Amino acid sequence: MALLEVRDLRVSFDTPDGVVRAVRGLSFDVERGTTLAVVGESGSGKSVATQTITGLTRGARILGSALFEGTELIGADLKALRKVRGAKIGMIFQDPLSSLHPYYTVGWQIVEMIRAHDRSTSKAAARRRAAHLLSLVGIPRAESRIDDYPHQFSGGMRQRVMIAMAMALDPAMLIADEPTTALDVTVQAQVLGVMRTLQQEFGTAIVLITHDLGVVAEMSDEVVVMYAGVVMERASRRTLFYRHHHPYTEGLLASLPARTKPGERLTPIAGAPPSLIKLPKGCPFAARCRYAFDKCFVDTPPLVTVYDDESHQSACWLSVDEKVREHQRAESYAEEAAT
Amino acid sequence: MSNNADSDSDRPVFSSPKDAAGDPLLRLDRVSKAFPVQSSKLFRRSRELVHAVEDVSLEVRPGETLGLVGETGCGKSTLARCIARLYDLTSGSVIFDGKDISYMSRREMRPLRREIQMIFQDPYGSLNPRRRVGSIIGDPFAIHDIGSRGERKKKVQDLMELVGLNPEHYNRFPSEFSGGQRQRIGTARALALRPRMVICDEPVSALDVSIQAQIINLLKDLQDEFGLTYIFISHDLSVVRHVSDRIAVMYLGRIVEVAPAEEVFECTRHPYTRALLSALPVADPDAADRRESIVLVGDIPSPTHPPSGCRFHTRCPKARPDCVRINPELEQVFDDGAEHLTACLHPLALGEDMSLARPQIEDSEILMAPRASVKSPGGTQ
Repeated sequence: MALLEVRDLRVSFDTPDGVVRAVRGLSFDVERGTTLAVVGESGSGKSVATQTITGLTRGARILGSALFEGTELIGADLKALRKVRGAKIGMIFQDPLSSLHPYYTVGWQIVEMIRAHDRSTSKAAARRRAAHLLSLVGIPRAESRIDDYPHQFSGGMRQRVMIAMAMALDPAMLIADEPTTALDVTVQAQVLGVMRTLQQEFGTAIVLITHDLGVVAEMSDEVVVMYAGVVMERASRRTLFYRHHHPYTEGLLASLPARTKPGERLTPIAGAPPSLIKLPKGCPFAARCRYAFDKCFVDTPPLVTVYDDESHQSACWLSVDEKVREHQRAESYAEEAAT
Repeated sequence: MSNNADSDSDRPVFSSPKDAAGDPLLRLDRVSKAFPVQSSKLFRRSRELVHAVEDVSLEVRPGETLGLVGETGCGKSTLARCIARLYDLTSGSVIFDGKDISYMSRREMRPLRREIQMIFQDPYGSLNPRRRVGSIIGDPFAIHDIGSRGERKKKVQDLMELVGLNPEHYNRFPSEFSGGQRQRIGTARALALRPRMVICDEPVSALDVSIQAQIINLLKDLQDEFGLTYIFISHDLSVVRHVSDRIAVMYLGRIVEVAPAEEVFECTRHPYTRALLSALPVADPDAADRRESIVLVGDIPSPTHPPSGCRFHTRCPKARPDCVRINPELEQVFDDGAEHLTACLHPLALGEDMSLARPQIEDSEILMAPRASVKSPGGTQ
């Protein structure tokens, strides 16, 4: 059994403009000790989905199931959720400053976090553990900095403090929602390095939500690509980058400047994502897809196994045979070059 | 894309082929900018200076794109604002098209404002939400008193078409557009007066990758069509590499390396540039597993009390005692061409492995760092 099993998760919000269907039938597994990357653009539902699993979406209409170590999280009462949240599932978010309380020292906040879940730990023991955690995530002079306030740390250091706090109770899973998006590249490399070291040391599973395919290539074992609230493609890291099936994945990779020769025109995906209030019929990506044909605008493609690889799935009407798909791809690009 | 927006312009079309020879369009000579900060400590108030930009000399040639990269707080945006004279300089001079504009008054600057325009990072924050798009784009015409009302409307609609917006959306509000479209609005506004130089300050950083590529292509098309000169600021090296002819790398207010774009990547001289490049995540699992990983230790030092000598010495794996004393000048190193300048006393030779280097000074952050951050794990599997 996987550590986390999410099945057919649906999340919608009532707004004055209509019902926003943010997540529309999402299923995925997270295995112990591995990293699952959830990739998608703004509004793809990647953050909403993981926040729902940890009970952080208020006022949403939620359907489906999320089993964590065999315990159902969807619809669980607050008391049961509190036992899991923080203790067994650690969380870090994009903006560490808004996740840390400005009035308390970081040490106090970590101690509080440890003692909230385990009253038997003495304050002194919790403090020692906090200092150890801070040095573990690479904060210099952790014993003295433990009494500093969040504003006395830089952005990268604050994110380290968040990681230390999330790891305080040795959780089985860490949900990292765009953990390095607000950081500079060199600091990002430091923080990703810390996450990797901790994973190797404690065997923590990581759900990494990101829009950055570079981070995905460096960190993930498995990848789920989301678009307009549904999974477009799921594959292992190498498969996703080298043998992807879905046109959306193809489009994302093609639009990266690093994948185009300097000076040449980039290949963007035309248009913009659909409104989640008035979703079109059929495949949500059809309007922007270079391969779209009649069926795509009528029927929604299911997520099916492609290229005879059990771990590789794609939600697309194009052929699931690798050779045929390659041929379609070559034809499409030749046609474009001709016009 | 149409170019009729330009046929009824009141100025001749500026076009300039990309030739390295000839006079630069913009020349910066030892530009510095310091901001005073009030810091009040108990019983004592002191006045300190943040040295945001220090001694920056640079040339930008007509028709080229100069990429300006660096991390938060390195002064790249401050430098851009000094060039556009949105900030007054502390010292040094900015020479645009042969004219010294460094200390011009607001009135003297006014005609020059047409020539230098800016596109900002945040397409939400740089458009007034209560005004219609047509009037936002038309503002430059109103300010510089160009054309009658009817003419202005025509021009605005031409501009909208030029940047790929539907001219019929003239009467809409910014909130009715997506992020990418708003960046197009900002671009249209910047191009309204046919500037010669456009300073793009992180123009695509807030956008999703698929939209980012659309805007980069648009900027490129506009450059080809109007012979624009760009200063392109970004923290994303892969974007900068793609758009730039030359790249200048900044660290803590100074330029540490400037070179033709490919040379920065292929023949990196400054240890900071190398560290920056190695930190860039690459969207290719094989390359990600293979590459050399130099994880910089610590954070960028405070610009109120910058380190002595070479400002990078506190975090540089190649730091030597002379780096603490001497502030290196931007100059040619090894057998580099005249185009490739580096400010480093111990620059990297071609193919040198920096991951093994250890600093030989005392106040290095690398030697003070705890275990976790020194370790540089390679690929995960």
